[in-house]
Amino acid sequence: MTGKEGVAGKEGVASEAGKVGLAGRARAVRGFVGRIWLAVLLLALWEAAARAAGDLYFPPPTEIASTARELWWSGPASRLFLSDKALDDFGPSLTHLLAGWAIAAAVGIAAGVAIGLSRVLFELLDPVLQLGRAIPPPTLIPFFLVVFGLGTEMQVATIVFGAVWPVLLNTVEGVRGVEPLYLDTARAFGFGRATRILRVVLPAAAPRTAAGLRVALGFALILMVIAELMGAGGGIGAHLNDAERGFLPTELWAGIALLGLIGYLLNGVFLLVERRLIGHHRERQD
Amino acid sequence: MLEIKGLGHRYADGHRALTGIDLGVERGELVCLVGPSGCGKSTLLRCVAGLLRPTEGTVTLDGNTVDRVPDGLAVVFQDYTRSLFPWLTVRDNVALVLRRRGLGRRERRAAAEEALAAVGLADAVRKYPWQLSGGMQQRAAIARALAYRPSLLLMDEPFGSVDAQTREDLEDLLLTVRGGEGGMTILLVTHDIDESVYVGDRVVVLTGAPGTVHTELRVDLPAPRDQIATREHPAFVALRAEVGRAVRRP
Ligand SMILES: Nc1ncnc2c1ncn2[C@@H]1O[C@H](COP(=O)(O)OP(=O)(O)OP(=O)(O)O)[C@@H](O)[C@H]1O
Ligand SMILES: [Mg+2]
Repeated sequence: MTGKEGVAGKEGVASEAGKVGLAGRARAVRGFVGRIWLAVLLLALWEAAARAAGDLYFPPPTEIASTARELWWSGPASRLFLSDKALDDFGPSLTHLLAGWAIAAAVGIAAGVAIGLSRVLFELLDPVLQLGRAIPPPTLIPFFLVVFGLGTEMQVATIVFGAVWPVLLNTVEGVRGVEPLYLDTARAFGFGRATRILRVVLPAAAPRTAAGLRVALGFALILMVIAELMGAGGGIGAHLNDAERGFLPTELWAGIALLGLIGYLLNGVFLLVERRLIGHHRERQD
Repeated sequence: MLEIKGLGHRYADGHRALTGIDLGVERGELVCLVGPSGCGKSTLLRCVAGLLRPTEGTVTLDGNTVDRVPDGLAVVFQDYTRSLFPWLTVRDNVALVLRRRGLGRRERRAAAEEALAAVGLADAVRKYPWQLSGGMQQRAAIARALAYRPSLLLMDEPFGSVDAQTREDLEDLLLTVRGGEGGMTILLVTHDIDESVYVGDRVVVLTGAPGTVHTELRVDLPAPRDQIATREHPAFVALRAEVGRAVRRP
């Protein structure tokens, strides 16, 4: 460039960041309190009702919590208090869940970009994809059982098959919806195909892809449990089966609560990561 | 250097945007295209950029037919608001296109900041495009194109959204940059007749529709142009009148 002086002097890009940060934090705290109070109230009501009823099938939440603690969080501090049973239950479940989800993500994004970029592929495959998505994934479990037998492959395959659709279809839509001028700009400045995909198409489609990944995470959790309930050596599903056979309603409830907690945490972590990675992708917001 | 022969384009919907355009541009020349809205100026630039395959005629660059985007090309699109990537900061938008020049990451950023400073955006380098005003976005797009140091620069209404003073400064920046080493061939679309005469070596008046070349005028004005002196030069006054007449009376 030339050594010419700035053309229009300094822009009014005043540092409002500090103010916004403080106000934002106060708003976040208020928002958290605003959202949490109802949950606390409901738990208290549940507790009171369960104690009053004294029904074996409906233990009060405190009892469920202490059972859960006993079952999974009575281990040594060096292991974050995780008990042996916690490792046996969470280990396989979370491994299958995350492996299945990761494979679904990789396959879904790669295929989604390929299909989204090619009009021919899209028109050819769209009906097939719509059909594939319409198959309720659990119906494939018997098939996967026949092919893979009981075990990790069958469980991961089930999760992959269910979780791949939201990623794939959202990525296809995201890629097809990329602003054409972004692509023209990339071409005009001589970006090669790989650079175009990595630097323009993927980031431009990222919000849609992320939405698909989040839905897929929820699906993955559901399918993980279903696959484990269908019969598996370990995992949280196996714990539920054992609790059912052993007629231990409190342990059943503990398993249910645990799954709810895992789903909640996975979603929360996902949202945090998403906001960090692509929070500023969104166009102008107020 | 750039040779446009019998160029015509009919869009897929049957609309005829251009017909029979013949135009040659010398290396290092700055040619301004003026003409009424909808006469096909942007279409012409897209054909030259290799982004649009014309349905008739040819564009050749250094003897090679343009059938894909040529090397060393930079474009400032008319729709600058959708030409910057919203997921990158302004600086990274500029730095991204410099990857091809084989610079390291830090050099790219430094070059990007320098280019942005030259258009008055030194304080906005870390902002995202959607945090900038329209005129600032437009300047960011100009900075990106200039930082790229293209051999062929296509600019579609590049100074449309800035105030008069900034506009003059950007015109002068363009004149300084093209005078630098390497020599830059520039095609600039503008609606501002004064601007076309002020920055151009030649003004090509198009008329529509479909777009054709109406008049070509050589601009012979003393070399270092000056916003005040050049604009009151008798030759300038005569030329702008001539361009004005050509635009008005097809
Ligand atoms: N993708 C398209 N499909 C069909 N017609 C188009 C398309 N793009 C442009 N046109 C038509 O071609 C003609 C020329 O358009 P173009 O954008 O080249 O005009 P322009 O001279 O750049 O106008 P402006 O000064 O308003 O930017 C217009 O009549 C327009 O409607
Ligand atoms: Mg135009």
